[in-house]
Amino acid sequence: MSAPVHPFLAGTASDAASKLGQSGEAILIFFGVGLIIFVAAGRATGRLHRPMTITVLLGPALILLAVGLVIPAIRTIYLSFYNDDSTAFISGKNYTWAFTNHSAQQALINTLLWILIAPIVATVLGLLMAVLVDRLRWQSVYKSLIFMPMAISFVGASIIWKFVYDYRAPGRPQTGLLSEIVMKLGWHNPPDWILTHPLNNFLLMVIMVWSQTGFAMVVLSAAIKAIPDDIIDAAKVDGARGLAMAFRITLPMIRNTLIVVLTTVMIITLKLFDIIRTMTGGNFGTEVLANDMYSQTFTNFDTGKGSALAVILFAGVLPLVGYNIVLLRRERQIR
Amino acid sequence: MFSTSGTRGPRTRSHDEHTRPHARRRALLTAAASASLLAAACSSGSKGTQATPSLTGDCAQYQAYAGHSGTTVTMFASIISPESDSLQKSWAQFTHCTGIKISYEGSNDFESQLGVRVSGGNAPDLAVIPQPGLLAQMVKTHKVVKPPADTVSNENNWAPIWKQYATVNGTFYAAPMSANMKSLVWYSPKAFRTAGYQVPTTWSDLMSLSAKIATSGKGKPWCGGISSGTATGWPATDWLEEVVLGKYGGQVYDDWVSHKAKFSDPQIQDAMKTVQNWMLNPAWVNGGFGGVKTIATTTFQDAGKPILKGDCWMLQQASFYEAQWPTGTQVGPDGDVFAFYLPAAGSTQTPVEGGGEFVTAFSSRPEVQAVQNYLSTPQWAEARIKVARGWVSANEKVDKTLYTDPIDQLSAKYLTDPNSTFRFDASDLMPAAIGSGEEWKAMTAWFAQGWNTTQVAQDIDSAWPSS
Repeated sequence: MSAPVHPFLAGTASDAASKLGQSGEAILIFFGVGLIIFVAAGRATGRLHRPMTITVLLGPALILLAVGLVIPAIRTIYLSFYNDDSTAFISGKNYTWAFTNHSAQQALINTLLWILIAPIVATVLGLLMAVLVDRLRWQSVYKSLIFMPMAISFVGASIIWKFVYDYRAPGRPQTGLLSEIVMKLGWHNPPDWILTHPLNNFLLMVIMVWSQTGFAMVVLSAAIKAIPDDIIDAAKVDGARGLAMAFRITLPMIRNTLIVVLTTVMIITLKLFDIIRTMTGGNFGTEVLANDMYSQTFTNFDTGKGSALAVILFAGVLPLVGYNIVLLRRERQIR
Repeated sequence: MFSTSGTRGPRTRSHDEHTRPHARRRALLTAAASASLLAAACSSGSKGTQATPSLTGDCAQYQAYAGHSGTTVTMFASIISPESDSLQKSWAQFTHCTGIKISYEGSNDFESQLGVRVSGGNAPDLAVIPQPGLLAQMVKTHKVVKPPADTVSNENNWAPIWKQYATVNGTFYAAPMSANMKSLVWYSPKAFRTAGYQVPTTWSDLMSLSAKIATSGKGKPWCGGISSGTATGWPATDWLEEVVLGKYGGQVYDDWVSHKAKFSDPQIQDAMKTVQNWMLNPAWVNGGFGGVKTIATTTFQDAGKPILKGDCWMLQQASFYEAQWPTGTQVGPDGDVFAFYLPAAGSTQTPVEGGGEFVTAFSSRPEVQAVQNYLSTPQWAEARIKVARGWVSANEKVDKTLYTDPIDQLSAKYLTDPNSTFRFDASDLMPAAIGSGEEWKAMTAWFAQGWNTTQVAQDIDSAWPSS
């Protein structure tokens, strides 16, 4: 059957053309308005000069910040006090649900476990690697290898680890790496890893640690190398060796970097979504805030509950970000 | 199949205010145009009137749809290649004879795209909607057009319950196009013959056969898998639906769908206990995979494979599971695998659970109505059956001898049986928060985390949207 130009295709083509034209116009208007404003601001002198400059330079950033961050945040907070299709005000019911409902509670507890354990383990391991690898020959090769998982997306990493945790009944050909290893070591009846609660939460954290340790190692290793030689020499003259050196000199000197690494991994952990979605879909008691938020909003079409979870997540990230900024400021003042 | 009726949201504002003035003006214009046409026709004799051409030969059967040559009808659906190729072949002759071109578009993302298009003023002429819930959502936009009289009368060849699923607020909107059958149990006829087992025809036979297999020491009687990516859990909802319908009948089933009967009500609880003794029975599942919990991590596609190796004997899964068997597997009453009708778990007369698709119109142009009428006829269904297997209509007028595939034959037999109690997949009818949300999650926890039936019911009931 020879068909003439498919009407949908034709429609799409003309659609695309008109959209291209529209965006061209929009860009022209943008530059035109920008030009006028800059010329006007440049001409302003005297008393008007300073406020004008501030407005012109700060305005666009503030507008973008408002459109992209502040307004959506306020809207999310507003929606969290409304029902599933945002038609009726239900005050704090969504929050009551989040803190009393069994599955939402599970998500909160799991998220708490995640931010307490995964970042600390990743940072400590990263620090150990940084110290140990620094003394090896070919250290850049080892560092690249440890850093490599960082380059793999969480979804990719999860699919790799799915094969590690895969379960087959004992006595059948094993496809899971972990089961195979422990069976070779003499544990004849290993559990179905991903189904065993609460163990499965820790097994999933391993994925995060695996992927973030490299990041921690690289940043901390750079910080250790940046410690001035004279301080180290002075310490040596004073008789510092081994552990004393590590705890009295190295750690205090890289303290700020350590905290930045820790909080960065914590924020990544709070936003954790991909690993859970790919590995379990939030089932088997592994639900976390970010995944529950997505499911509530886009699977259950309950904007209210989804927004409430988003607000809780936001409230959780806020102090971490705030602390990071305070730290950054203090560091700047010292220098 | 399972659904992701992805369109609950604040998209229910009435568009009447906006469309009405335009519609009125257009009507006036049309009236004026036809008046002038009429005047022209009168003044110049017969020239100008659009006489319906008479179709001859093979085309004579399409006479009822003639007179719209050169027009195009757009159609949007979730059916994609290769199934959509069969659809397009099925109406090739219709297009050839009537000159009405059907411009078909299939999308994986149909459920969410349809809503976007309809509210964006870019609705297709016809949409093939697989979930009654989504149809109701579309009707709320006031863009759905009522079907022509012929479609309505053709629809009467389907069991009356189908009309109910396509009816919103007392108005019938869309005629069903195809149907699928879920009340099936897959098994291996060869293995049954070797072991001397009979296909069970009652629930108690099924249960005693299961017990017998369990003690025989050769594999486990049942296997199952409910893992399905983000839709994990849906096959488990089918098991419960089968038992509720078979044990307590259509009325309780309908009440359950509308939440008049809660999950915590004694009847639904009792049905859950039945499922517990069946698919959560450690002695009976999960053949070829391990214990009960492995049902939660086994994909529904893989679930039946151990039947071919003799590790498992039976799998409850829909007619579309036929596509999952490895190539070279013989499907038939004497083959490697086949399916038998899942007997009623109680006194309900021939319970049949299934799904289907509804042809919904967003335009009342005569050529659109002609296509709508044609697709609702048994003639079209027969044309589609002749193209390729794996497709069934529940139209009672369709010649059942045309089905070549044994599973199609079996499905058609039960779907068109006037004495059967047909019900649509309940999770496709429940609100999305339940039917594609909490019910899947809670039932997965039932299998994976050993939740008890009270816990599962409480979790689902508390998530039911209050509005």
